[in-house]
Amino acid sequence: MSRERLLNGALLLALILIPAWALYADEPFTITLATRAVIFALAAVGLNIALGLGGLVSLGHAVFFGIGGYAMGILASHAQSYTPLIEWPFVIEGTKSMPVIWLVAIVASSGAALLIGLLSLRTSGVYFIMITLAFGQMMYFFAISWPAYGGEDGLSIYVRNGFPGLNTLDPIQFYGLCLALLCLVLAVNARLMRSPFGLALDAARQVPERVRAVGLDPRRLQLVALVISGAITGLAGALFADLNRFVSPTMLSWQMSGEIMVFVIIGGVARLFGPVAGAGIYVLLEHLLGGVSEYWQIFLGLVLLIVVLFGKGGVVGMIGGRRRDG
Amino acid sequence: MSLLSLHRLTASYGASQALFGVDLEIAEGEAVAMMGRNGMGKTTTVHCICRMLPARGTLVFDGHDLSRLPSHRAARLGLGLVPEGRRCFRDLSVSENLIAAARPGHWDAARVEALFPRLAERRGQRAASLSGGEQQMLAIGRALMTNPRLLILDEATEGLAPTVRQEIWQAVAALKAETGMALLVIDKSLKELRWACDRAVILERGRSVWSGAMAELSPEIGERHLGL
Repeated sequence: MSRERLLNGALLLALILIPAWALYADEPFTITLATRAVIFALAAVGLNIALGLGGLVSLGHAVFFGIGGYAMGILASHAQSYTPLIEWPFVIEGTKSMPVIWLVAIVASSGAALLIGLLSLRTSGVYFIMITLAFGQMMYFFAISWPAYGGEDGLSIYVRNGFPGLNTLDPIQFYGLCLALLCLVLAVNARLMRSPFGLALDAARQVPERVRAVGLDPRRLQLVALVISGAITGLAGALFADLNRFVSPTMLSWQMSGEIMVFVIIGGVARLFGPVAGAGIYVLLEHLLGGVSEYWQIFLGLVLLIVVLFGKGGVVGMIGGRRRDG
Repeated sequence: MSLLSLHRLTASYGASQALFGVDLEIAEGEAVAMMGRNGMGKTTTVHCICRMLPARGTLVFDGHDLSRLPSHRAARLGLGLVPEGRRCFRDLSVSENLIAAARPGHWDAARVEALFPRLAERRGQRAASLSGGEQQMLAIGRALMTNPRLLILDEATEGLAPTVRQEIWQAVAALKAETGMALLVIDKSLKELRWACDRAVILERGRSVWSGAMAELSPEIGERHLGL
C-alpha cells in the first residue's frame, strides 16, 4: 500500500474517531470545529476537481459556496415565516428538509457553474482567474444589495434544517451526516479521477492540443469539470449555512474563494485527500492560533509559504510522496 | 473515391507562407509516404490536415469538408495523428494514456498491447518514465485507440535505436496488412518507406512536385527532389 493511501486512511480514521475523542475528553466544541473542517473540505474537494484535474485556477468558487448557502437560507427562511417563495405561476413553499435544500443547492450552483464556465472558458490563464473573480464580486454585491434576504446583514435561520431519521440539532449526528457526504463525494471523486473522463481532463491540462488530436474538446471537458466542481462546492455551502444557521454575503466574498483555494494548495492540488488535510490544518490553526492573536493568518501565510516552496504536492505530497509512482 | 483529398492547399504562419499548393490523394486502405527535405512543408501539411493550422484550398476527408471544422471534430471523423516528438500525456500511466483516448471500435487496450508487447509490460508506469521507443509505441497506441480510418505518422522512428525502429516498422506493416487502415507516413528512411508504402508524394518548398507509385520512384527523382 502506498504511503499516500496510508495517510488517506489515517485521515479518514481520525475524522471518524473525533466524536469519540470529543466525548471522552469532554470537549464538545471539537465536534463543531470538525464539522467546519469537514464542510470546508467538501467545498475544497469541489474546487480540486476544477483546479487539480482541470487546471482551472478559479478565484470565484465562493459563488457556488454562497449560492449553496443562500439556497438553504432562502428556502428555510420562507419555511420559518410560512410565506411561499413564489405564488405565480405556481406556488413554491420554503422547506426545512435538508435533502430538498441540498438538491436545490446542487442544481442552482451547477447551473451557475455552467453559465460562468460557458463565458469564462473562452479565456485561459490570468484572464480566466480575473473573469471568475469578477463573477464572484458581481454575486457578492448582488447579495449585499438584496434586502429581501438580509442584504449586508445576512439571513438567520432559527432552527437547523431536518434530515429524515436524524436529530440534526445533535452536533454528533450533524457531523456524521456531513462526514458521510464528504466520504460519498470523495468516493465519487476517486472514481472520477480514474474514469476515461477524468483521465482525458488530466491529459487536457497537460497537453490540450494532443487531446484535440484524439478527438476530444478540452473546453467541453473543462466545462463538465467546472459544473461538477460547482455542484459539490454548492452542496458544501448549504451545509455551512446549516452549521452556522446563518448565511451572509461573506460566503460569496473573494476572501472565501481564496480560503477554499488555500485549503487545496496546503493539502495538495490534485490529491484525493489534499482538501481534507488542507481544511483540517486551516481549522486547527484558526482554533489554536486564533486565541493567541487576531492576526493568526500570518502563521497561515507562513505554512502556505513553506508548503508552496518545499512541497509541490502540498502536505499530502510531502508525506505521501509523488502523485503516481513510476 | 479518395478517403483524403487535398487540392491546392496553401497555409501560412502569420505573414510567412509555408505551403504554396499541395495536392494529395489517399484511398481507403492505401499507405502513402510524404517525402521531402527538411523544411519543405511535410509537418505543416499534416497540421493542416488535422486542423491545427488554418489552410486554404480543398481539404476533404471521407466526403466531409475539413476546412471549417475544429481539430477535435476532424479527429472524430477518423483522423489519427502520431505527432512528431511523441507528446504522450506524461503524468498518466501507459494504460491511462490509452483509456483517455479510447473510442469504440476494433482497437482497444488489449489489441494495442498485443501489437506492442512492451507496453503491456509497462502498463502501470508513468509515460514520462518510458524510453523514447516506448513513448513512440504509446503515441501510436494512443492514436489507434481512437480507431482512426487514416493514421498519420509524423517522423515516428526519428532518433530511435535500430531495433526499436524495426519493431515500429513491423507494427506499421502489420496495421496495413491486418486492418487495411490507410496510412500517411513521414520518415527519413527511404528503405523502410519503400517497404511499407504503396505510393509517395514529394514536397519541395511547400509544393507537391512529384507523386506516383513507390516502384516509380527512380534514383533520378530521388536525386532531383530529395538530394539522395
